[in-house]
Amino acid sequence: MDLASFLQILDSTIRLATPLLFACLAGLYSERAGVFDIGLEGKMLVAAFAAAAASYATGSVWVGVLAGIGASCLFAAIHGLASITFRGNQLISGVAVNFLASGLTVVLGASWFQLGGQTPALVDGMRFAEIVFPFAAAPSDTGDLGLIGGIYSHVLSGHSILVYVALACVPLTWWVLYRTRFGLRLRAVGENPAAVDTAGVSVTGLRYAAVGITGVLCGLAGAYMSMGLSAGFLREMTAGRGYIALAALIFAKWRPWYALIACLLFGLLDAIAIRFQNIDIGVLVIPVQFTQALPYILTVIILAGFVGKAIPPRAGGEAYVKER
Amino acid sequence: MDKLPRWADVVLVPLICLIIAFAFCGILIAAIGQSPLQAIWIMIDGSFGSTNGLGYTLYYATNFIFTGLAVSIAFQASLFNIGGEGQATLGGLGVALSCLLIPWPHWSLALLGSLAAGAAFGAAWGLLPAWLQAKRGSHIVITTMMFNFIAYALMNYVLVNLLRPMGSMDPASARFDKAYNLPKLGDILGLVGIPFSSKNPANITFLIAIALAVGVWALLWHTRLGYALRAFGKQEKAALYAGIDPVKITIYALLLSGGISGLMAVNAVQGAAHRLVLNSVEGAGFIGIAVALMGRNHPFGIVLASILFGFLYEGGSQLAMGTTIPREVITVLQALVILFTGALPYMVQKPLEQLFAKRGGAK
Repeated sequence: MDLASFLQILDSTIRLATPLLFACLAGLYSERAGVFDIGLEGKMLVAAFAAAAASYATGSVWVGVLAGIGASCLFAAIHGLASITFRGNQLISGVAVNFLASGLTVVLGASWFQLGGQTPALVDGMRFAEIVFPFAAAPSDTGDLGLIGGIYSHVLSGHSILVYVALACVPLTWWVLYRTRFGLRLRAVGENPAAVDTAGVSVTGLRYAAVGITGVLCGLAGAYMSMGLSAGFLREMTAGRGYIALAALIFAKWRPWYALIACLLFGLLDAIAIRFQNIDIGVLVIPVQFTQALPYILTVIILAGFVGKAIPPRAGGEAYVKER
Repeated sequence: MDKLPRWADVVLVPLICLIIAFAFCGILIAAIGQSPLQAIWIMIDGSFGSTNGLGYTLYYATNFIFTGLAVSIAFQASLFNIGGEGQATLGGLGVALSCLLIPWPHWSLALLGSLAAGAAFGAAWGLLPAWLQAKRGSHIVITTMMFNFIAYALMNYVLVNLLRPMGSMDPASARFDKAYNLPKLGDILGLVGIPFSSKNPANITFLIAIALAVGVWALLWHTRLGYALRAFGKQEKAALYAGIDPVKITIYALLLSGGISGLMAVNAVQGAAHRLVLNSVEGAGFIGIAVALMGRNHPFGIVLASILFGFLYEGGSQLAMGTTIPREVITVLQALVILFTGALPYMVQKPLEQLFAKRGGAK
């Protein structure tokens, strides 16, 4: 493999890891607060649709982002209502949210744009522009820049702003979780809500706050899918990325820096699966399907506890009932 | 607070949830500028108006009876198996291998072979998540979900690289021997003099599904294993004291659940498609969740809920053909049913309980 294709793979790794990272951090807030969320996929999907539709209608990518966040937060609110206020089954609620997004985006999309569920292609101002770093070569420049120059120009530079926002969210999340009062309470409410309640802090309020953050981050993930990674919404375009993000979250054992590593790893696997079909490593040929399934297989192995144990937040999945 | 009377719990709650879900979808259809009343009429006429439409309804219902029973048997043991999709996919592989590799002398023997292979492959796909849950404490919802994706990748590999006939571009297996085609429901009903169209995929598997529902009912409420499953689901600690082994029960529950999911493939793969295609399950594994919730986890309720969803599914196709309403409106309805019956039970149940308590107090 030559340098150019190596750089290309790294470049698409970052692109493909971005929606995973947003969704993974989204799940991290929710699950750290004790609300399981398997509805990341649905929130991403509905956000991708709302973002593309609003951006197409107004011609502004930023209106698109806001619409994406709004739609995702609305779905997060349904999940919050079901799992916090009405103390329903959080897993079933997540399943419902996913189906709701999958059906609603097609029904509304087909009737608004008459294109069988997709939005028209987004052009110019309706998409995110690529940010080129100072001194970096333009993305179209294929001249030899050496390893360092190549990484700077073709891997780090030339992404849309949301990529850098996603990366910035990692230290930010770490700081919020481990260095702020809100973060301490958030983690506490996922481990022992009764203790938080006794201290006079509202369990319900904290959990809604966490679910709200999840909504915002899933909105960004979806907006990036339809306005950064591609140019418009396609039906079912998230294609299981919400589940991979969930897998990454487990892989990272609910910790932000590890989430970055897990998302980059799964993004790399995705990039490899797209670029190469079957990989011949001499002794045997690795089929592309194996590369595609690897994130899930790795997650099962991690869950099985053979390579360190993944222990979810203790109060995860349970609604809190005040003792009377 | 008084509990609901039983009839209210099993009839009223699902009914109210269904009405709310339908109302939401009606609003959605009106919002996209179509007539909800016309839509529901097209759905009813298409699915029940002719024996052919009814045949399609029953064909889909057969799939959902299997997946619904599968979800509910695990639910009874308090295990949420959302891996029905993957287990049914693997069941399809079992059915296809049985039909392609073994020269059966008669369709009835091929059917027995498919039943055994489908159940065995589906159960096997449920075994590892069950073992991981029981022995290692890995959350079964996450592992079965991961296994759905792994099953899809595996099926993709098997179809593209192993089962695809030479020269074919389709990721699908060769067609099965015509002699293995299952008798159509229309032909069976014809024997007893009931006129019923044979142009639809409804086949003998529908009767097997009904028999299985009775079997599951008997298993759950009239055998030792069924008692252990339910006891384990209700109160794990008490079950432990009663000498019920949690590892065994978890594994039995998922083997049964996976096996029943796998049986769905007999209907879809041998009964209808006559070959193995990439997405032979078509989401039926997930609809099983809605069916089990709607049917209140009881085999009788599940059969009714399956017919309801069969109607919705077939009605959805009719909508897509006859109007500009996309069939995905059914997915929305399905989501709302899951939401209201599964995730928001208190929203409907609590006000009802209060209503009944008030009436009880007035007497």
